[in-house]
Amino acid sequence: MALFARTPVAPLEYSRTLWMRLWVGAVMVFLYAPLVVLMIFSFNDSKRNVVWRGFTTKYYEKALGNDQLVEALINSLTIAAFATLASLVLGTLAAVMLWRFRFPWKGAIDGTISLPIIVPEICLGVAFLMFFAAVGWPTDLVWPFNLGAITIAHITFCFPFVTMVVRSRLASFNREQEEAAKDLGASEAQVFRDVLVPHIKPALVAGALLAFTLSLDDFVITYFTSGPDTITFPVKVYSMVRFSVTPEVNAASTLLIILTVILTFIALKAQGVKAIAETH
Amino acid sequence: MAEQDWKTSKRTFAAVSLPTLFWLIAFFLIPMFIVWQYSLGEKVGETGFDFSGTLDNYKRATEWLYLTIFGKSFAVAALVTLICLIVGFPVAMAITFASEKWRPWLLLGIMLPFWTNLLIRTYALMMLLGTQGFANKGLGALWEGTSWLKTLVGLQPLPTWEPVQLLFNNFAVVFGLVYVHLPFMVLPLYAALDRLDRSLIEASLDLGAGHFRTIMRIVVPLAAPGIIAGVMITLIPALGAYLTPDLMGGTDSQMIANVIERQFKKANDWPFGAALSFLLIYAMFILIAIQSMRKKVPEVR
Repeated sequence: MALFARTPVAPLEYSRTLWMRLWVGAVMVFLYAPLVVLMIFSFNDSKRNVVWRGFTTKYYEKALGNDQLVEALINSLTIAAFATLASLVLGTLAAVMLWRFRFPWKGAIDGTISLPIIVPEICLGVAFLMFFAAVGWPTDLVWPFNLGAITIAHITFCFPFVTMVVRSRLASFNREQEEAAKDLGASEAQVFRDVLVPHIKPALVAGALLAFTLSLDDFVITYFTSGPDTITFPVKVYSMVRFSVTPEVNAASTLLIILTVILTFIALKAQGVKAIAETH
Repeated sequence: MAEQDWKTSKRTFAAVSLPTLFWLIAFFLIPMFIVWQYSLGEKVGETGFDFSGTLDNYKRATEWLYLTIFGKSFAVAALVTLICLIVGFPVAMAITFASEKWRPWLLLGIMLPFWTNLLIRTYALMMLLGTQGFANKGLGALWEGTSWLKTLVGLQPLPTWEPVQLLFNNFAVVFGLVYVHLPFMVLPLYAALDRLDRSLIEASLDLGAGHFRTIMRIVVPLAAPGIIAGVMITLIPALGAYLTPDLMGGTDSQMIANVIERQFKKANDWPFGAALSFLLIYAMFILIAIQSMRKKVPEVR
């Protein structure tokens, strides 16, 4: 302990005691070691992921040259973009509704909005599979309209998260500002655009990033709603992992991890770590 | 200021409520209703379906085979939650009491895996746990080391190292689920501990209680809502987990979600799959009801 502590450890400085540091260090190794190994082995010049045989970037070329994989990634990003946009609008409207108005059945509607978060993914996936089969959703549309079914499913489970984030931000809004704007002659739409939206902007950024990553991340619900022409990145990687474990999967995964890290840092720039932690 | 009654500005209320309500009904409640309807019907031929209001699908779900799978899923989810709580609590404590400089980085360290694709994380773990992966090599090296130490003190060396099967069994499923869900537990725990009044901990320590006693008697009861939130946030997805048991489990580590999936793909028995889905949803509701009941207890006192 003396190695680390220059000043004596105060009673509440739990994080400065040795066993705590070891514990946190071990947990971090546990969380990151698999990802780091995966990323390192994406540069391994060997078909099998076991022994290091020298540095190569050929699996990146292979992954980027794999038309199906690239198409799946483009599909995923397209779905995530549309789902984020729609979730942002729907989620914000729902949050404003719940925050501003008193109306009959409010408790039930409030509960129903958070249900898609609670219902297990597998059940939601099954529900969409049956729903799209029952309504006879067309499967032969041209790109990007063939992604409609998956996008709809994603919006359903993404927008409640946006509602949650925006609502907690709205709680700190001073309604007198709204009154003042109205007294000064602003219309409802102007108040919304010029007073309310600037206040909830950090929550909108956080909500958008949350929705984007959730959509990009989703495997189970997409697995049930995707057809042969609408493969997304996780579904493609899943079938690759099932059939064979190759460095190509590592390369593709590494690229997605890097994308995630970049998105996280954008979120941090916009919000600060603490505010984001509180949204979870 | 009080909430506004919806009648005072009907047009604004309609503008904010109609899109949400439409979406919820069309793309959430109706799909769920279809599942519910199927669960009360039966299969006719290969693809047909007849809504007959029968409870046969639920009756079939109470067969011993499915009961054991339900029981096993609960046991695995509970074990995973417990391990996450034990591993995660000290981490949340460390983050809460870390210096201003370190706290954001520790939080980021927990959050980054949380944002990383689930499939990629599972795949990364599979690579590590394979028979020729690093986990096995590490264990092998330990084994060799022990064997060498034993010969050093004149004992018989250990038999040669055989790679252990770390993947495709129940151990792998629990390990994988803990790996995936640990951030889910740490973040709500941290949120609860961060709101704690530190003077209470100081008072307890000043009055002579040890650290362990202070944590058990002061910190844990005060952080109870956060602990319960963390438990729920970990337990619910772990119970419905599909990907981890599917990729990392063996033939005997099927969880309820895998059985549901099979009804829709291989077995092609939608009504039975629908009934299992609804049983899983009912299980969630029971868990949430228990949680909200517990929440009300301190208010009564």
